[in-house]
Amino acid sequence: MNLRVGIDIGSTTVKVVVLNEQNELLFRSYERHYSKTRERAVQTLRSISDLLTGQTIHMTITGSAGLGVSKASGIDFVQEVYATAAAVNTYVPHTDAVIELGGEDAKIIFFGGALEERMNGSCAGGTGAFIDQMASLLNVSIDELDVLSLKHEKIYPIASRCGVFAKSDIQPILNQGGRKEDVAASIFQAVVDQTVAGLTQGRELKGKIVFLGGPLHFLTGLRERFVETLQLDEDHAVFPADGDCFAAMGAALCAGDYAPRSFEEYLKLLEESVDATENLDVMPPLFTNQADYDTFLSRHNANRPPETDLNTYAGDAWLGIDAGSTTTKMVLINGQGGILYSYYHSNLGNPVAIVLEQLKEIYRLCGDRVVIKGAAVTGYGEDLIKNAFQCDLGLVETMAHYTAAKHFNPDVDFIIDIGGQDMKCFKIRNGAVDSIMLNEACSSGCGSFIETFAKALGYDIAQFSKLGLFSPKPVNLGSRCTVFMNSSVKQAQKDGASVEDISAGLSISIVKNAVYKVIRAASADDLGQNIVVQGGTFLNDAVLRAFEQELGRDVVRPTIAGLMGAFGSALAARDLHLDHSNLLSENALQAFTHSAKPVTCNLCTNHCSLTVNQFDGGRRFISGNRCSRPLGEEKQELPDLSVYKYRRLRSFEGKGDGTGVRGRIGIPFGLNMYENLPFWFTFFTHLNFEVVLSPESSRKLYLKGQKTIPSDTVCYPAKLLHGHVEALVEAGVDAIWYPCMSYNFDEGIGDNHYNCPVVAYYPELLAANIPSLKQTRFLNPYVGLWRQKDFEKRIAKIMDEEFSIPKKEAVAAARAAYDSYHAYIQDLRDKGDEYISYAREHHLPILVQAGRPYHIDPEINHGINDLITGQGFVLITEDAVSWREDYESRQVLNQWTFQSRMYNAARYVCTQPDMQLIQLVSFGCGTDAITADEVRAILEKGGKLYTQLKIDDINNLGAVKIRIRSLMAAMEARGQ
Amino acid sequence: MAKLVYDKTGRLLFTKEMKNEYTLLIPQMLPDHFAMVVHILRREGYKVDMLENTGRPVIDAGQKYVHNDACYPAILVIGQLINAVQNGSYDPHKVALVITQTGGGCRASNYIHLLRKALEKAGLDYIPVISVNLSGLESNPGFQLSLGLLRKIVFAAIYGDLLLAVSNQTRPYEVTKGDTDAAIEQCMEFLLSDMDAGKGMTFKSMEQNFDRITATFKAIPVTGEEKVKVGIVGEIYVKYAPLGNNNLADFLLAEGAEPVIPGLMDFLIFKVNNREVDVGLYGGKWIKEKVCHWLQNYLMKYQHAMIDALKRAGFRAPGDFNDLRQLIKGYLGEGNKMGEGWLLTAEMLELIHTGIPNIVCTQPFGCLPNHIVGKGMIRKIKDDYPWSNVVAIDYDPGATRINQENRIKLMLANARAMAKEQVQTEEASSVQI
Repeated sequence: MNLRVGIDIGSTTVKVVVLNEQNELLFRSYERHYSKTRERAVQTLRSISDLLTGQTIHMTITGSAGLGVSKASGIDFVQEVYATAAAVNTYVPHTDAVIELGGEDAKIIFFGGALEERMNGSCAGGTGAFIDQMASLLNVSIDELDVLSLKHEKIYPIASRCGVFAKSDIQPILNQGGRKEDVAASIFQAVVDQTVAGLTQGRELKGKIVFLGGPLHFLTGLRERFVETLQLDEDHAVFPADGDCFAAMGAALCAGDYAPRSFEEYLKLLEESVDATENLDVMPPLFTNQADYDTFLSRHNANRPPETDLNTYAGDAWLGIDAGSTTTKMVLINGQGGILYSYYHSNLGNPVAIVLEQLKEIYRLCGDRVVIKGAAVTGYGEDLIKNAFQCDLGLVETMAHYTAAKHFNPDVDFIIDIGGQDMKCFKIRNGAVDSIMLNEACSSGCGSFIETFAKALGYDIAQFSKLGLFSPKPVNLGSRCTVFMNSSVKQAQKDGASVEDISAGLSISIVKNAVYKVIRAASADDLGQNIVVQGGTFLNDAVLRAFEQELGRDVVRPTIAGLMGAFGSALAARDLHLDHSNLLSENALQAFTHSAKPVTCNLCTNHCSLTVNQFDGGRRFISGNRCSRPLGEEKQELPDLSVYKYRRLRSFEGKGDGTGVRGRIGIPFGLNMYENLPFWFTFFTHLNFEVVLSPESSRKLYLKGQKTIPSDTVCYPAKLLHGHVEALVEAGVDAIWYPCMSYNFDEGIGDNHYNCPVVAYYPELLAANIPSLKQTRFLNPYVGLWRQKDFEKRIAKIMDEEFSIPKKEAVAAARAAYDSYHAYIQDLRDKGDEYISYAREHHLPILVQAGRPYHIDPEINHGINDLITGQGFVLITEDAVSWREDYESRQVLNQWTFQSRMYNAARYVCTQPDMQLIQLVSFGCGTDAITADEVRAILEKGGKLYTQLKIDDINNLGAVKIRIRSLMAAMEARGQ
Repeated sequence: MAKLVYDKTGRLLFTKEMKNEYTLLIPQMLPDHFAMVVHILRREGYKVDMLENTGRPVIDAGQKYVHNDACYPAILVIGQLINAVQNGSYDPHKVALVITQTGGGCRASNYIHLLRKALEKAGLDYIPVISVNLSGLESNPGFQLSLGLLRKIVFAAIYGDLLLAVSNQTRPYEVTKGDTDAAIEQCMEFLLSDMDAGKGMTFKSMEQNFDRITATFKAIPVTGEEKVKVGIVGEIYVKYAPLGNNNLADFLLAEGAEPVIPGLMDFLIFKVNNREVDVGLYGGKWIKEKVCHWLQNYLMKYQHAMIDALKRAGFRAPGDFNDLRQLIKGYLGEGNKMGEGWLLTAEMLELIHTGIPNIVCTQPFGCLPNHIVGKGMIRKIKDDYPWSNVVAIDYDPGATRINQENRIKLMLANARAMAKEQVQTEEASSVQI
């Protein structure tokens, strides 16, 4: 038989193997291709021409990027999962499952019976590219990351859905001094969780498992996480020696089925194939000539602060520090805002060390001539730096940026800041920050985004972005998150776009992402007349130009665009007019020490991951906390209706007034049960059942049910149900009651009274996907509660069929249930009124937390309510005020009961000067795509601020804090 | 020029005057069905165009004016309408936009509101929007769905379904490329000229037309080779609209497969049936139940006629609505009605039962009902039918075709391997005999 060659062209690497008749490897290679896929493959083949010249061979191509090459060259293609399965069948027989991670894809193949194959969908990070990104975030190589991970002490929960999420989880940990070792291991754990959660979809991973693909081949730490998580012993976790080349080996195995050709012919096909370049969607160039560019530069370079020189200056100075997510910025100014000293550098994951070093340098340069009269800090690392160095003031980023922008343009009405990891945009109305828009977890497209691509294509960032300035035809890459962008770039390259066109395209896509996805503007006028742009990313001329082109108007970019946070802080420090700054003195810095230790707080169910920072002289700073309890202070207990409501709901458990003789009914504590539980509790206890609630939600409970989640893009509250139901099965209840409800109660405030499709039908999904439910009586009939008479008839029939309960009893129980539900609702309203009165007596602002009833679950809102009351608000929930407004027609179809409450709550808030509203939105909630704009419109029309908090399985409370503090700053400015 | 008239809630109306001056723009969803509806409306005195603008500008317009977390069909439908107005093809002061509104707990019922918000954002709020629905929402003096018109639309749906079925069964095998498409043209022509002449609108003449259609397609020379059959189910827009599913049917054809696309009739019957089921589950007027029941039977009579015609001519025929209802038992309740509801799962089961285990389940990224009735049911289907080969594909503005195609190719590789295995087993067993 002829030699067989398999070529696997993945997203980042090319693998080539040659097999002989006995299926033995004669040659194998694994090389990065930097998007030059065809060239790389040809080069490798040439390097082994000794082996193949003059021979007739079989050859096929496989891999995610192999399809295009196959099409262009006419060499046969084998789908890569199929190829992998072929290789596993040959080399590792009796395998039960394969886990393969590649550059951008993750796969599980189940063997045994019919072959079942799973690949990651269009929203799934947790792959090689994700690990690359995370390593560059930690500023270590992949190998170093691996070594670090092996020395971990604890694992932080890190969102495993996509890189963007994970970044926002990791950054605060780093900024607060978390250990890199722990973060490294946590990154690998996130990959494991993502793979297990996203791909198993109800089928258990057990038996003999083969691990394949580059990352699993090279990274010991990642292997360790998988083996530990899946609880595998040595016999059941197989890491084949050539696990990084299995797809190529499979392609070679399959090649035998296709007609052979001479090696030279194959080589010719590959070399001469030209990738199709048609259909490339291009946009107008950024600059057509050098003169245009020069005019542009001179216009922007005019926006600069006065020149000063620290070496000759004598007098007072003020220090501003911006401890950002990836970079640390410091600025020292004089009284006129002239810059005496500035610093901009990646914080390398340790902002404290950077600030310490710079502070020493500043003191040295200041000598006796310059006295620092005040220091202020802003940014993600604000608290840590403020405590470490005893700064005089900490201020929220939005205020720092506004202060700085005002310095350059007093009439500024719109500020957009694009940094390394985050994007902040806000309007200025009546001298106050208004309408803050941050990039939500799923809309990346910031500075580090271009950087990642630059690196992947083998350039440094400055060089790469320059390339795009004069690209004649920038390629249109759309405006979506990084994961999608990877494939868009791949596709563009395949279609023949040059690096120049891609560079320009990426700059434009950042701008489009900001304008349409984050700001959601339809025209330049939506933003403002006087726009100031800031942040390191705008120092990239291509991005700035694209922004001006997209808006069709000139904007102001100060030369210190990357330093604006620090500059604004320095101005704020100056405006404190202190006689003396508390900032650590030059002497004190000599003795400065800092160590950080991760701890888990066990004082309440939030189980915050705390970082305890220890400084010299016994000074301590604890971060990561939501409330003040771990600081040794009593938790401040301002009235919080969400807590009251939650406790009330949890109390609907047990036998109630009944005897419990009919058995134990389990009710999962999630989704609409947060509304309907009082009803069902009374109904069943009245019938002498004992009601067993599933345990309180927790990360652990979620993980218990994770493997049976079929759709990884459904909202977290729904995903939690899997764990709740599993727990009820374990509790050994006689039946689980979880009815399907297309409709909810009709409160007369909407055009209809539906539940959302997920809430309505999730019981059916659970029944179809949780194997253990087959052993339990799972009752999920369709019922409706809004027509009492009809409900009584229907429930009586169901109770008769299921439990042979006489109709009369069931009807009586139903009536009691209605009474109990109405009493519960009334009690909430009364309690809400009581809290409102309390707030007014004590002159405290009131915050309406508007969301779904299940958003009061601490595992879903991650203690946001504590954060809110911790800032001095009295908190009430939307249902405590929504009943105070009547029906009013809306600009949208107002058809969901829970969502209708939010509109009414917003309307009521507009009538109350001391009330504000914050909307909680679960990631992936489709209905909130509609409600968010409407709630915003209602509030803005009523002169209120709109604040939205997006929450997921893991939440970055840093972003929540920014919003709440900005809201407070704006309230202050408006005198509310 | 027609005056802008508003109703008491402030909604811009489509007036009788506008009917003469304005062109109605309809987004493209089911190319053949809608083409016929366009002809029907024109004969009713409306100026109507079905939009065929596609590509990035449509998506860009959608993303610019619609909340980006809204579902992909909303972005496309609204993007297509707004792009058509903005790209200069029409005088914006002389057009009205038509959009379907199904009602129901899915957010798709909000398309019309999202469209109005988008128009406002685009400074085009003087363009009237017409809702086409069966729930009696939003009436317009210049546009009325008379019973006669409705009946014609039902005819368009049933003829469209038949054309869809026979053309999909012919196109992959035609000896001369283009024969099938020419046959569609030919059939449309005689159907429409019949309709003009007032013919083809009785049950009997419809049956005759069915035979005429099947005969036209039977006359096309075919190769007779075996091809892998692949079913397409999913959210109604991305299931049918080439713009929504990146020309999925064409892709399958190019890959050497035969696309099998369940028709629209079941969806119409499903929406009628929901109302009857609701009364059974939650109570309500018996008259509503009766009317719905009658309407369902009316529609099913037509469906049966179509199925019979397919069988008569030797085409593969799908099961009827009642077959689908039977299949769903043990999977979902009949109360599951939002979006495509239980029908989507039933269509997958029906395909499997008729020997088509290879299925692409299409959905917009993050589609709420499909979490349950699409992705949520695949596990159980796989348990019950281990040889089933379902791939779920998400569609959204950022998803690239290459990613989607790769996943479909995997499904096809599986399908071919299974087909090969089956042939081998059959050969083995025939040797034994």
